[in-house]
Amino acid sequence: MKRLVVIGNGMAACRLLEELTRLAPDLYQITVVGEEPFAGYNRVMLSPLLCGGTDEATITTYPHEWYRERGIRLITGSPVTAIHRHRRQVMTAAGHLLAYDRLLLATGASPRQLPIDGADLDGVMSFRDLHDVRKLLSLPAGRVVVVGGGFLGLEAADALLKQGHHVTLVHSRGHLLNQQLDEAAGHRLQQDLEARGLTFVMQARTQSIENNGQGAVAAVLLADGQRLPADYVVQAVGIVPRAELAAQAGLTVNQGIRVDDTLQTFDPAIYAIGECVEHRQRTFGLVAPLYEQAAVCASHLAELGHRRYLYADTATRLKISGIDLVSFGDFSGESDSGGSETLQLDLPGSYRRLQIRENRIVGMVLYGDVAEAPFYETLWREQADISALRSTLLLGEAFCNPRDGGGDKQEDIAA
Amino acid sequence: MSICTTCPYCGVGCGIRTDGTALEGDKQHPANTGRLCVKGSSVLETLGDQDRLLQPEVNGEVVSWDQALDEVAERFRRIVDEHGPDAVAFYVSGQLLTEDYYVANKLMKGFIGSANIDTNSRLCMSSAVVAHKRAFGEDVVPGCYEDLELADLVILTGSNTAWAHPIVYQRIAAAKQARPEMKVVVIDPRRTATCDLADLHLAIRPGQDVPLFNGLLTWLADQNALDLDYIETHTEGFAETLQTARDQGNDWEVLASQMGVSKVDLTTFYHWFATCERTVTVFSQGVNQARNGSDQGNAIINAHLATGRVGKPGASPFSITGQPNAMGGREVGGLANQLAVHLDIDNPDHHAAVADFWQSESLANANGLTAVDLFNAVESGEVKAVWIMATNPVDSLPEADRVRHALMACDTVVVSDCVASGDTLACADIRLPALGWGEKSGMVTNSERCVSRQRPFVDAPGSAKADWWIITEVARRMGYEAAFPYQHEHEIFAEYSALTALAGRFGKRLDLTAAAALSADQYEQWQPQQWPLQGEPRCFGDGHFSTPSGRGRFVACENPRVRQIGDAFPIILNSGRIRDQWHTMTRTGRAGRLFAHLSEPFAALHPKDIERYRLSDGGFVRLSSRVGDALVRVKSDAGQRPGTAFMPMHWTDQFSRRARVDALVPARLDPHSGQPAFKHTPVNVSDWQPRWHGWLFTAAPPPAVEYWARVPVDAFLQAGQVQRYRLAGDADLTEQQLHDWMPEAAQWLALNDPATGHFRRAALDKEGRLIAWLAIGEELPLCDVEWLANCFADESEIQHLALLAGQPVDAGPDLGPVVCSCFQVRQKTIEAAVEEGADSVEAIGKCCQAGTNCGSCIPELRGVLETCSV
Repeated sequence: MKRLVVIGNGMAACRLLEELTRLAPDLYQITVVGEEPFAGYNRVMLSPLLCGGTDEATITTYPHEWYRERGIRLITGSPVTAIHRHRRQVMTAAGHLLAYDRLLLATGASPRQLPIDGADLDGVMSFRDLHDVRKLLSLPAGRVVVVGGGFLGLEAADALLKQGHHVTLVHSRGHLLNQQLDEAAGHRLQQDLEARGLTFVMQARTQSIENNGQGAVAAVLLADGQRLPADYVVQAVGIVPRAELAAQAGLTVNQGIRVDDTLQTFDPAIYAIGECVEHRQRTFGLVAPLYEQAAVCASHLAELGHRRYLYADTATRLKISGIDLVSFGDFSGESDSGGSETLQLDLPGSYRRLQIRENRIVGMVLYGDVAEAPFYETLWREQADISALRSTLLLGEAFCNPRDGGGDKQEDIAA
Repeated sequence: MSICTTCPYCGVGCGIRTDGTALEGDKQHPANTGRLCVKGSSVLETLGDQDRLLQPEVNGEVVSWDQALDEVAERFRRIVDEHGPDAVAFYVSGQLLTEDYYVANKLMKGFIGSANIDTNSRLCMSSAVVAHKRAFGEDVVPGCYEDLELADLVILTGSNTAWAHPIVYQRIAAAKQARPEMKVVVIDPRRTATCDLADLHLAIRPGQDVPLFNGLLTWLADQNALDLDYIETHTEGFAETLQTARDQGNDWEVLASQMGVSKVDLTTFYHWFATCERTVTVFSQGVNQARNGSDQGNAIINAHLATGRVGKPGASPFSITGQPNAMGGREVGGLANQLAVHLDIDNPDHHAAVADFWQSESLANANGLTAVDLFNAVESGEVKAVWIMATNPVDSLPEADRVRHALMACDTVVVSDCVASGDTLACADIRLPALGWGEKSGMVTNSERCVSRQRPFVDAPGSAKADWWIITEVARRMGYEAAFPYQHEHEIFAEYSALTALAGRFGKRLDLTAAAALSADQYEQWQPQQWPLQGEPRCFGDGHFSTPSGRGRFVACENPRVRQIGDAFPIILNSGRIRDQWHTMTRTGRAGRLFAHLSEPFAALHPKDIERYRLSDGGFVRLSSRVGDALVRVKSDAGQRPGTAFMPMHWTDQFSRRARVDALVPARLDPHSGQPAFKHTPVNVSDWQPRWHGWLFTAAPPPAVEYWARVPVDAFLQAGQVQRYRLAGDADLTEQQLHDWMPEAAQWLALNDPATGHFRRAALDKEGRLIAWLAIGEELPLCDVEWLANCFADESEIQHLALLAGQPVDAGPDLGPVVCSCFQVRQKTIEAAVEEGADSVEAIGKCCQAGTNCGSCIPELRGVLETCSV
C-alpha cells in the first residue's frame, strides 16, 4: 500500500479524506497530522459556537471514530516541523518520522497580525480556531474593540456582543464587508447591526494599542486621534497562507504554496489545497473553492486524475447575525471600463443589486432575503440574455414568468 | 324606510326606490317600471362627504351664510345700481330642480329686471326648443315613451340612445324583441352601440340631416305618401317647404352619394317611413348641437307633419333631453329668450300678465344674453357679476379656455355647487355650498313631460343649503322680501303651478294648475304625473297646435352650405357621452366602478385614419383646432367614419391634464337657438410619443407632467381618497422628482433601473399599510391596477415584492376588461360562457349574470357572441 501523509486537519483536509476514501478506499495508508489537539471540526460553525448557539460536539464533524473506521491514523497536537523531500519523510514536533509516497499540504492560514505597537499585549486576540473561541468564551464581560469589518470581524463582534460585551468595531474602509458587499448593502448592514447594539468606527486607521502599564490592553488609538478604551482587542484583518513549511522544503511559494491545476506543487509527490495555496495568482479564504480543490485533488491522489481545478467565481454566501448575504461577480460595477448598468431593489429588511452588461448579469448583491440567489446565479453562470425579463428581474423568478395576455392589459383604455 | 325619488342623470327621468344603503328601480314609475342603467344603479356610490363644498367661502375665506349672502346681495345690488340690471347674469342648469329654477328666473327677470339668465340647456336642447316653437307654437314634446313601444318604425337620429338614454333604449329593445317586425333605423355618422338594434344604419356624413329629411319630404310627395288632408286641415307653410326640399332634386343616386350612404339604404329608409304609419323619430344632441340645429329639428318635424304623425299613439317626433330637469327649466322659463311658463318676453300681453302675477314693476322687457353671448359679455366686461349654479361652463361651453379667462377676469363670480373642486369653482370669488342629489327636495320633468319628485334621504353635509333657499335669501337681501316669502319648496311649486294658468290663457298646453293649491302633504305624496295635469298623455294629436292659427307650421329648411375641409384641420371632431360617465364627472367621477368601462380620455378614429396620420391604437394623439388643443389616448374604432373623430365630453382638468373637448370647439352657433355646434369641429391630429409612462396611486394632486388621467380608487387615507393616475411625459425625470410626487412615508419599497428608466416606489406607513405607489418606465410598467387599488383598502399585510411588482405572485389568469359594469363580469368570462354553449344574450346572462341588470352592455355581449361564433 502506498503511504499518504496529510499535513493539516482542517476543513480542506477532511473533505479530501472523505472524497479519497470514497474513490479509493484501499489505495493508501493514510496518516493525518493536525496541529490542533482536536479531531476535524467545522470552522464555519465557530461563530455560532461563540454566540452560544451550538456546542463543540455538534461542530465536530469528523470525530475520532470517523478516522478509525477508515483506517486513518490521526496525530493531533503535534505540528510537523520539517519535510524531507529527498527522503520523502516528514518530522513532527513530537518526533514522529513519517514516510510518504504522496504528501498533501493543507496547512491553512493564520490570522494576519496588526503591524502596530501593542499588537502583542495581553488581551489582543484572534478569531480563527477552536482554541481562540474557548479563550474568547472565557472572558469576563468588558469592552471589546474588534479591528476589521470583514466577515470574521463582524462574526466575532456580533458573537461577543451576544456574550454581553460592549463591542466597538473599527474598519478601515467606508463600508463593511467591502469585499463582499456594495456600498448600499454595507451601509444597511451597519445600520442593522447598530440597531442591535454594535458601535462602529468607519474609515479608521489603527495607530497602536495602548498598554495599561501591566502588559495588557488599555485602549485602541486611531490615526485621527480617537482613543477607544478597551479590555480586549480582536484582530480580524485577514489571513495569511501558512507556507513556511513548504518554503523550507524548497517548494515554490509566493503568496501561498504554488500549485497547478491538478493541485500539484513543484514536487510531483506533493499536493497542496486550501487556504495555504496560491493557484493562478489567487489565494482562498472561503469554503466553496476549498471543497472543489479537495475533490479535484482527491481524484488525482486516487489515480483517477483527469480533472483540473479551475477557479470558478461562485457566489459568496454569508450569514451575519442572522442576516443572509449573497454576492457574486462584479457587483459594484467598478471593475469594468464602463457600460455596466445597475438595478437596485430596496425593501425594509432586504436589498438587491444586479449589475448588467450587454443584457447579461455580471454581478449581484443580495441582502436580507436571499431566496432568489440561485435564480440569479444560474442566469449569471449561464450568461443568459435577460432583456426579456429585465423589468421584473429584480422582483424574482416568480415575477419573471410571462403571463397570458397580462402584458398589454393596462394599455387598453377601453373595453 | 325607503323613499321614491328620481334619478339625477339623464332626461329619461327614471324612478328610484332607496333606503340610502341599497336602491332599486321604482317599479311604479312610468318612465322605467323598475329598470335602471349602470349609472343610476351605482348612484349611491357617488354619495359621501368627500370633496364636498361644506361652508360658504368669500375670496377663499370660510364665512357664515349671513356674511356670504350679504356679500352676494350687496355686490349684485351695487352693480345693478351702478351699471343697470344687464350688468349682472345668472347661468343655471338642468341639474337644478324646478323650484330652484323658478325662483332664479323670477329673481332675475321679475325683480332684478334683466333677462340675463340662461341655462346649460342652451347647450343641449335650445335648437329643439326653437324647432318646437316654430312648428307647434310652443316648446312641447308631443309624444310619450309608450309611443316607442307602439311604433312600427323607430328612427333614432343624432342619438347614441344605448349609452346616453339606456332605459329608453331598453324599452325599444324590449318592444322589438316582442314584435320583431318592428323596424329600427339609426342615423348617425358613427356606428355606435345603438346600431346593435338597428335594421338599418344610415352612416350619413356629418351635417347631412337636413338634406336627408328634405329628401324624405320629396320622396313622400313623389310616392303619394303625404297625408294631404292633414296638411290641408292642420298645417301651414307646406308648399314653400316642399319647394325648398325639391330644390335639391330627386336624383337619389346623387343625393345618396352626397350624404355618404348607398342609394339602396337611403330609399329603404324612405320607403319604410312612407309605409309605416306608426313612426317615431327620436332626436337628440346629434341633431341639436349643430350650426343649423333648429332647421335639423324642423326638417324632422316637417316629415311628421306631412304624414300627420304628431302626438298620435306610436307616431310622433320625439326630442329626448339630456338632463334630469332640462324640461323643468324650459317650462319655468329658465332660458334668456323665454319669459316664464312658455310665454314670451317680447309679447306685450304675456309680459303684462306675468308682471301682474308677480306684482313686478321691473319685469325684463327684452331677451337676455344666451350662454355663449353671456360669457362673451363677461369677457368684454359688460356683465360684471355672474352667478353660476350647478353647472361647469369652464368645461362645457365652446372655446372653454376663453370662458375660463373671462371668469378669472370677471369682477364677481359666484358659484353654487355641491363639490369642493371643479374647473369653474376655481374661478369663483364666492362659493356657496348647495345640496346635492339625495339631499335636495323638489320636482323634475323628464323627456315625456312627466313631473316627478326628487326626495331627500340623507342629511345635508356641512352647512349646504337648497339652491332655492340660497336664491330666496339673496332676493330678500336685495330688497324683494315680499316677492320671495318661501319657507318650503312646495310653496314655490304651487306658485309656479298657479302661474301656468297664464300659459293656458294664451293658448299654450303647459298646464299644472291642478297643483296650484297643493298642500305640503300633497306635495310630499306626489306621484309622477305628465302635464297637462289631468290631460291626455299626448299633445297635438287632434291636429290643434299652440300657434296663433292653431295650425302646425312647416319650416322651409335650406340645405347647409357645404364647408370645404381644409388641409389645416382635416378631421371633423364629434363629441358626446360614453356609457358610464355623466357630464363633467362631478358625480360619476366619484365611483371608481364607472371607470372600468373607459378609464381615460380618448379620441376614437377609424383605423385608416390612424394609419394615415401615423397614430397608434392605444397611443397618444394631440388634437388641435382653431381655438384650442387636447392630448388624449387613441382608440381605434372601425365604427367611425373615415375623416371623423369622436371625443367624450366628460373629462375636465380635474380628471386629466388636457382633455377638455370644448377647449377645441369654436363658438359657432345656430342663429335661431344660440346653441353651439359641438358635433362638428375641424381639427388636426398628430402623434405624441412620450418618453416615459407610469402609474401613480396617491391621495395627493397629480404631478405636473404632460399627460395624466385620474381614476378614483375606493379607498380612503388620512390624506383623502386614493386616486389612480395614468402618467406619461417627455421630459427627463429625476429621482428627486419621483420622490416629490410621493408623500412622506415611514417605509419605502423601491426599484431602480436608471439605465432603462424603470422606477417603482411603494410608500408605507408605520403599520406597513400602503399609502402611495408609483411605477415609471419607458413602456408602461406592468401591474394589476385593480389589485393595487384593493391593496390600499386592505388592512392585511401584503408581501413587499408583490406590492412593488403591483401584482400578486399567484395572479390568476387575466380575464380581460370589464364588460358588464354592474356585475363586474369580464370579457374572457363571457367568452367562456359562449364557448360553453351560451348562444344568446339571455343565455350569457343566465351563465354569468352579465347584462342582466342595466343591460347597457348588451351590444357588447352581442359583439362577443358574433366574434366567438365566427
